[in-house]
Amino acid sequence: MISQFFHADLAPRTWRRIAAVVVVAFGALAGAVQADTVSTFKLDNGMDVVVIEDHRAPVVVHMVWYKIGAADESPGHSGIAHFLEHLMFQGTKEVAPGALSKIVAAQGGSDNAFTTQDYTAYFQRVASDRLGLVMKLEADRMHNLDLSQKNVDTERQVILDERNQRVDSDPGALFNEQMDAAQYLNQPYGIPVIGWRHEMEKLSRQDALDFYQANYAPNNAILVVAGDVKPDEVLALAKQYYGPIPPSDKIHPRVRPTEPPQLAERRLTMSDPRVAQPFVVRTYLAPQRHPGDQKEAAALTMLAQLLGGNRATSVMPKALEFDQKIATYTSASYDGLSMDATTFGLAAVPADGVSLGDLEKAMDAVLAKFLKDGVDPAEFARIKAQVAAQQIYDRDNTQGLAHQYGMALASGLSVKDVQDWPAALQAVTPDEVVAEARKVLDRRHSVTGWLTAEEAQQ
Amino acid sequence: MMIMQWTKARFVAVAAAVVLFALPVQAEIKIQEVTSPGGIKAWLVENHDIPFTALNIRFKGGTSLDAPGKRGATNLMTALIEEGSGNLDSQGFAAARDALAADFSFDSDEDGVGVSARFLTENRDKALALLQDALTKPTFDPVAIERVRGQVLQNIAANLKDPSAIGGDILRAEAFGSHPYGTSGDGTLDSVKALTRDDILAAYHGAIARDRIYVAAAGDISAKDLGLALDKLLGGLPATGAPQPADVAVAVKGGIIQKDFPGPQSQISFYQAGVKFEDPDYFAATILNEILGGNGFSSRLMNEVREKRGLTYGVDTGLADYDHASILEGSLATANDKAAEAIKVIQTVWADVAANGVTQKELDDTKTYLTGAYPLRFDGNRRIASILVGMQILGLPSTYPETRNAKVEAVTLADVNRVAKSLLTPDKLRFIVVGKADGVTTSN
Repeated sequence: MISQFFHADLAPRTWRRIAAVVVVAFGALAGAVQADTVSTFKLDNGMDVVVIEDHRAPVVVHMVWYKIGAADESPGHSGIAHFLEHLMFQGTKEVAPGALSKIVAAQGGSDNAFTTQDYTAYFQRVASDRLGLVMKLEADRMHNLDLSQKNVDTERQVILDERNQRVDSDPGALFNEQMDAAQYLNQPYGIPVIGWRHEMEKLSRQDALDFYQANYAPNNAILVVAGDVKPDEVLALAKQYYGPIPPSDKIHPRVRPTEPPQLAERRLTMSDPRVAQPFVVRTYLAPQRHPGDQKEAAALTMLAQLLGGNRATSVMPKALEFDQKIATYTSASYDGLSMDATTFGLAAVPADGVSLGDLEKAMDAVLAKFLKDGVDPAEFARIKAQVAAQQIYDRDNTQGLAHQYGMALASGLSVKDVQDWPAALQAVTPDEVVAEARKVLDRRHSVTGWLTAEEAQQ
Repeated sequence: MMIMQWTKARFVAVAAAVVLFALPVQAEIKIQEVTSPGGIKAWLVENHDIPFTALNIRFKGGTSLDAPGKRGATNLMTALIEEGSGNLDSQGFAAARDALAADFSFDSDEDGVGVSARFLTENRDKALALLQDALTKPTFDPVAIERVRGQVLQNIAANLKDPSAIGGDILRAEAFGSHPYGTSGDGTLDSVKALTRDDILAAYHGAIARDRIYVAAAGDISAKDLGLALDKLLGGLPATGAPQPADVAVAVKGGIIQKDFPGPQSQISFYQAGVKFEDPDYFAATILNEILGGNGFSSRLMNEVREKRGLTYGVDTGLADYDHASILEGSLATANDKAAEAIKVIQTVWADVAANGVTQKELDDTKTYLTGAYPLRFDGNRRIASILVGMQILGLPSTYPETRNAKVEAVTLADVNRVAKSLLTPDKLRFIVVGKADGVTTSN
């Protein structure tokens, strides 16, 4: 029910909630596009430019990705990256509060923004002959933000409403926050993107302006333009609008706290009368896609597909839903696009009358059997066929492609890493999957959670 | 497996209306009308840039065709279409589909059963053969029925604890009474538990037939190949299915209903009578809705409720034009102690627009939005196939994209304000509050 035009879609780091029988869309196979339709540039002020051509419809998506996210916030200021994202719509010296979206809408376009642990992005979708207009607006707010105290106070109430709606009204989302907090001993990913309420309530206009001035600059941003455009035209417009903005000398490589060795398994239980379906969930600390080295992440991506990618034939649904009939829903998830260590997740919803304890035991038995028996070659071949097909299907969705490039580049990967990813997936062998599974599926690095309607006994 | 929830379905309906309205004025896309050798009609946008085809099929009727006492049969049947057919069981079907790297999805809502497929050109014949088995020879294997029934029952149980779904159930019952629209197509725990395999077969024969079919394709396929493929895919279906439901008059009453639900927020929905697409005032009403609450940050409600007062993260309205009824509805979530104020603000905006209309600037801005948005809708084969099916269901000609923006431009300020006066009924705008809202005066 959250319509597309609402600002600030918080991209989930893991699944936000386990909704029984709602299929979780799997985007991990999403790969890249042929290099001949992608061009890259760098402006003199350090701004990266990526252009993806698709001339089938007279549409363009214009995105600016800042290499700054919630994990870069200073202690005690959780939610400031996301709060600033909201405030970026509250006007500049040139453009009145709220006017940017109205100007875009008056052209038939749409706009939005979102914040994650690793980046903050703003985008507009307009007819391709309006590209200059949206660039002008986006460039303006990169360095001319002008905030009134009154608008800051109103918008703070909006982000608290957003937290109410997305998190506090949803026991699954609340539980997810607890899981993340337990997973990360040192990395800031344990703090929610939207922020802890008690800290959000205290975020000030000055906090937002400080964060803005420290992080919003062309040499900390990536411009992605995708659609019915020519690279040289985009470059000319980028030089015209973004070129004059001076680079900031405050931008430094992002160095964040990282995880120490995790030595002890963690277990959580939470109960909330609003829970309709109890479930068991397990997350393991897992490596991310590294620049120039995506091998481990590729193996983990294939592992997630083998365990849960197909709702009927994958290891988990086959064993727990079809053979043993003790679960009504199972999933395995992994997304390697992350600046720092990420997670590999498993979840299962019990059938009526099955306890979470029994389901968890069965889930562990399935994993043990998989590690012993290895990969079903036919299933593996089918996943490889899908990886190949995904490269073709992805070309139908230009905005999705722009998103893939933006996410990757803002997470520290290169254009080459993005384009190498499908080949990295194709190169994975069954032995590598099992070896990676043995390494990652280590209970000492994991958090196991039970969410129930009533108090449960472990 | 796809199970549509009511709230989702409602908003899909709203989105469909908006999408439809935003078709292009310039014939950037060339729609071909195809008739197969066997007489099946389809629309096609041919594009050979990417070697795959998106195919969209809709069978009109959907969950509203459930027989009396069999609520949820069409929904369960639809979820079972991909759970085994021909010689394949659930797992065999899923494996065959993935080996071809094809995507199929099946869903049902109050007005139809939808099939969306995507397949590579190199695998086209095999993918279509598999889809043909699913559509024409589903096995409805008793083991699969029990497994999927378990999932559906959990989904229904989850909705009983979901404030949006609870609100949707109340709104539906209030607006549509004993018409099939008045209850969830998912059925109830009791009705779904009682469904037999024969009930599911009956739902299949009622819903999946050639007399109610709408087809569109976009991508790497010629008109001739599409025609031949459709005869194979759909030619074996029975000629007729169950009779379509009757139209229903929307029950309109004002006031506020509150349903207690724990949590920090109240989920609020509101509705009144809407306008059918066939109505000559539909375009004026659509522009009015855009100004009121349709176009996000530019709308009156968004400005008053979120931007000025910070009472919500978002509020929107939509003209939900179903096949047999139309309502104008909206929704928002707000902190419990702000619910009364939010409702008051919405009532005030509603009354103000009814009495004083909108401004020339609002009209002009909305027109440039609606006419400018046209090319943005047609940027992918999947989206094109889906839009083309929607156009056919509304009985539009394939040349509609060439004339559509002129219809928007023709709407005058006098038209919108006349429609605002006649359509908006502030005293008959009914609110449904699910939560622990403070200070809300309820009525029946």
